[in-house]
Amino acid sequence: MREKKIIDTNTFDWPIILIYIVMVLFGWFNIYSASWNESTGSIFDLSKNYGKQFLFICISAFVAIFWLFLDYKVFSLFSYAVYGILIALVIAVFVLGKEVAGNKNWIPIGNFNLQPAEFAKYAVSLALAKFLGTPDARLKDKFTLRVALTIFLLPMALILIQKDTGSALVFLSFSLVLYREGLSGIWFIMALCSIIIFILTLYFGSIWVSGIFAAIALIFYILSSRRKYLTWPVLLVTIAVIGFSSSINLIMDNVLKDHQKKRILVTFGLLEDLKKEGYNVHQSKIAIGSGGLIGKGFLQGTQTKLRYVPEQHTDFIFCTIGEEWGWVGSMVMLILFVALIARVYYLAERQKNRYNRVFAYCVASILFFHFTINIGMTIGLVPVIGIPLPFFSYGGSSLIGFTILLFTLIRLDATRSTEMSTLKDMY
Amino acid sequence: MSEGSSRNQSLIIAVIAIGIIFSARLFYLQVVDTSYVDLSNFNSKKILTIHPNRGLIYDRNNKLIAFNDNFYDLMISYPFNLKNFDTTGFCEIIGISKLDFLKRLKKADKTVYKGSAVFYKNLEQNKYAALQERMFDYEKFYIDIKTDRKYNTASGAHVLGYIGEISQKQLDDQDEENYYSKGDFIGLTGIEKYYEKELRGTKGEEVILVDSKGKLQGNYSKGKYDKIPLSGKKVSTTLDLTLQEYAEKLMQNKLGSVVAIEPSTGEILSMVSSPVYNPEELCIRNKRKNYGRLLLDPTKPLFNRAVTAAYPPGSVFKLLNGLIGLEEGVIYPETTFPCYRGFSIGRLHVDCHPHPPSLDLRGAVANSCNAYFCNTFREILENPKYKSPREAYIHWKDFMIQFGLSNKLGSDINFESKGNIPSPEFYDKMHNNKWGFSRTISLSIGQGEILITPLQMANVISAIANRGHFYTPHAIRKVDDKNAIPSKFKEKHKIKIQRQHFEAVVEGMAMTMVNGTAARTGIEGIEICGKTGTVQNPHGKNHSVFMCFAPKDNPKIAIAVIVENAGFGATWAAPVATLMIEKYIKKDTVSSKPELEKRLFEAYLLPKPKGLDTARIKHKKDSALKAKNESNKKKRTGKDHDSRHLAVNTYMILNEREEDN
Repeated sequence: MREKKIIDTNTFDWPIILIYIVMVLFGWFNIYSASWNESTGSIFDLSKNYGKQFLFICISAFVAIFWLFLDYKVFSLFSYAVYGILIALVIAVFVLGKEVAGNKNWIPIGNFNLQPAEFAKYAVSLALAKFLGTPDARLKDKFTLRVALTIFLLPMALILIQKDTGSALVFLSFSLVLYREGLSGIWFIMALCSIIIFILTLYFGSIWVSGIFAAIALIFYILSSRRKYLTWPVLLVTIAVIGFSSSINLIMDNVLKDHQKKRILVTFGLLEDLKKEGYNVHQSKIAIGSGGLIGKGFLQGTQTKLRYVPEQHTDFIFCTIGEEWGWVGSMVMLILFVALIARVYYLAERQKNRYNRVFAYCVASILFFHFTINIGMTIGLVPVIGIPLPFFSYGGSSLIGFTILLFTLIRLDATRSTEMSTLKDMY
Repeated sequence: MSEGSSRNQSLIIAVIAIGIIFSARLFYLQVVDTSYVDLSNFNSKKILTIHPNRGLIYDRNNKLIAFNDNFYDLMISYPFNLKNFDTTGFCEIIGISKLDFLKRLKKADKTVYKGSAVFYKNLEQNKYAALQERMFDYEKFYIDIKTDRKYNTASGAHVLGYIGEISQKQLDDQDEENYYSKGDFIGLTGIEKYYEKELRGTKGEEVILVDSKGKLQGNYSKGKYDKIPLSGKKVSTTLDLTLQEYAEKLMQNKLGSVVAIEPSTGEILSMVSSPVYNPEELCIRNKRKNYGRLLLDPTKPLFNRAVTAAYPPGSVFKLLNGLIGLEEGVIYPETTFPCYRGFSIGRLHVDCHPHPPSLDLRGAVANSCNAYFCNTFREILENPKYKSPREAYIHWKDFMIQFGLSNKLGSDINFESKGNIPSPEFYDKMHNNKWGFSRTISLSIGQGEILITPLQMANVISAIANRGHFYTPHAIRKVDDKNAIPSKFKEKHKIKIQRQHFEAVVEGMAMTMVNGTAARTGIEGIEICGKTGTVQNPHGKNHSVFMCFAPKDNPKIAIAVIVENAGFGATWAAPVATLMIEKYIKKDTVSSKPELEKRLFEAYLLPKPKGLDTARIKHKKDSALKAKNESNKKKRTGKDHDSRHLAVNTYMILNEREEDN
């Protein structure tokens, strides 16, 4: 094995690479279309978004190839170092940060702005893989759990302070990795229950929700009065639910910012604010909805081109796809994403070493989170949270960040046939 | 299966589940709920209407009469703030002083309508161009372009009509096509109204994209969905503009009307209702200024006397009685009746003027012998062929109807009156069912209850010129250079009177010009056949009437002229008609009778202004003073003009109301 200097390209997971290429190119055309008008020149015009995106694609391609031919050992070797550098960069934003659209999360480098948050996800993935990859790491162990949580909650907190709520929330996707690695499912059930109680409270008010839940608990208690051991848990859960439900108004008013609160209310149809907080989603729905079955055709979208949809080339790029390619085009895109994410989850499970597996789970979960939130927000199912659609949205940091993420995975996956030697090398 | 791989499967299922939820949601948004398509169109597409150019109107010799012109009104939109406004530069461009600027601003402030006001009306073309270049500096100002009629002539207003903004009622009443929308212009009278469909063209549409800031972003799909406006069709009228202008000049300062028809086609060569107004006075930009004044003018310039006013025809009616007498076989061309300075029956006496004795039909026509036609009419009514005078009268009336009397002719000139030939029932009622010649004697000489419009009169003379048929008079000649005129104008109306009878009457009419009532008004080289008339007017001086055609054989023009309150037919009406014939047939620019022409141009036969009418226009405050002046004037002239210009008849008033509506 050692003699084989040239990496065998057959070991690369070509389906993922193909999906990646299709997505990036399709995204680029849509950015072009979103910025297009009669006077638009070449798609390579570097002064325009689509021209810059072309440049980012070239850089990404270069990075992708470079990463594929890197020695797989460097990832593991430099995991903590990369994590350290990225944490430093995220902190540096406080000092060097440039404010763009109200968010101070960019570091200017020449003509371009670097968004450390986009790369922090990669760094956390590496660090988490490295940490959970150590043979004695068990999530049942409280120390391990705390360290693992700290690895991703630290950058999340820092980014949250920088008011980039969207990017910060992405770090929650790492909890899915912990779930796979043994974290109790009860947390997710609790999270799900909280969301349901939250929504019910928004619709019916905390008094109704508390009252009805208390009534159900009482009936349950009476019916199961023989089983005394249930008394305390039922009581505790009831108190927790009533407490949570009653505090929702408090949270909405004091913890969340006004625009965040409004966005939530708009999503659940409890507030109509078509001029301001509801504007984006309303226009986005018009854009997508007016696409019909087969769309208005490439460059024919009016909603996006006439700038009715804000952020049409970044966070709301899906509007252009929906408007110009219709349901058919949207379906193609959805299938690509579902296939990609499912494929990565599938690849994760076939990894023979834990480092690789954890990393793969990180990649899949990040993509899953971005995909769900971004598409969900454009079609009005999720409150507006400004995060990009991987590989589609305009932006160098985002594209290059996701490229590195994906191609690190492909590089690591390519080594699974040599895992035995790998293991020997590593330890 | 390990816990890890089952959790792995649940994650993959979650991904697929999200994918299914999203695709379902997208299916609902994009395929099921179609409202977003409308919202998207509403958002971004504005449909601009492009108004077509209104069709041009030409005369029969292809001379342009009416065309379109753009007028630029400089508008100011509110709220307007003078602060930070480059007043000096602005004033320089439109060439007004700062003082004038402030004055106009003040005036505009008072006339704000829907957030904007006219700042400078009818901006000159060069100023418009200069301003256009710098418009972006003055964002509160904009230019309102209006397309309006412009005319190459001051004549023909009554026939041409005018356009105006469509009324709410017209909007509500329009047909399924729903062509018009608020603010559109529509033909309101005359040819503009009758041929509205031909003249208006078809509106175009431009689908313009508007971005989220409200800025225009060019045409949707490079104009694929735009509709080019189609200009209105070219309408050629039958008017001869030269003749029309000449006729109006001859009729200036007189009340009355002239209608000239080409007998072989029924085409109206000229139609004057005097006093006239300039068509430009009622175009969109001037209408507000002039309409009220014209409406209140006591001489009623808005009122088309040529079709709406109906007069007793007077002696010209004798031609019809003669023709009917011949056809009924009660007289022959050679028949003579005695004339004892008139005609007497019982206590009734109809005067006659001096003329050679023992006239036959020709001579009676030429000399307009009252006695001859009283006898003729008596023979008609007392025709042994019929059981009673009433029955004979019904037959007589039927001939009148054949000549187009007592009904609207159905021309394309609006506000036509029916005129009046009394029904037998009218006399039944009036004379308690006992009536005959003696009760209707005035009909013999065209007086009494009969009323004829100038257009009907011209149509009668045209029928006589044709020796027994006519085409409904009309003012349309061609549409887009094609003879696509309504078929009813090509329909020949035959009169059941034999041609030879017409020849006899025509002989008499020819004699009129040689040694009859209109001798010396003839034109050398043209054989004119005419008949004078003097209509007794109970309200004032007699109306001067003349109708004629020329040349005698193969007639080219038939004319009826009425000059109100002007006296004997040959004095005023006949020269107007004959000069027009000369103008039309000889196409000479110089008249052979310059003195006569001059006399007509200069004659002033209008009623003097009356205090009552003036007071209606001016403020009441003046009325006392005016009344005083008026009483002085009355003393001077010793005559009351009050009823003169209102004298025409009740029809006139009635129809005027119609017009007002």
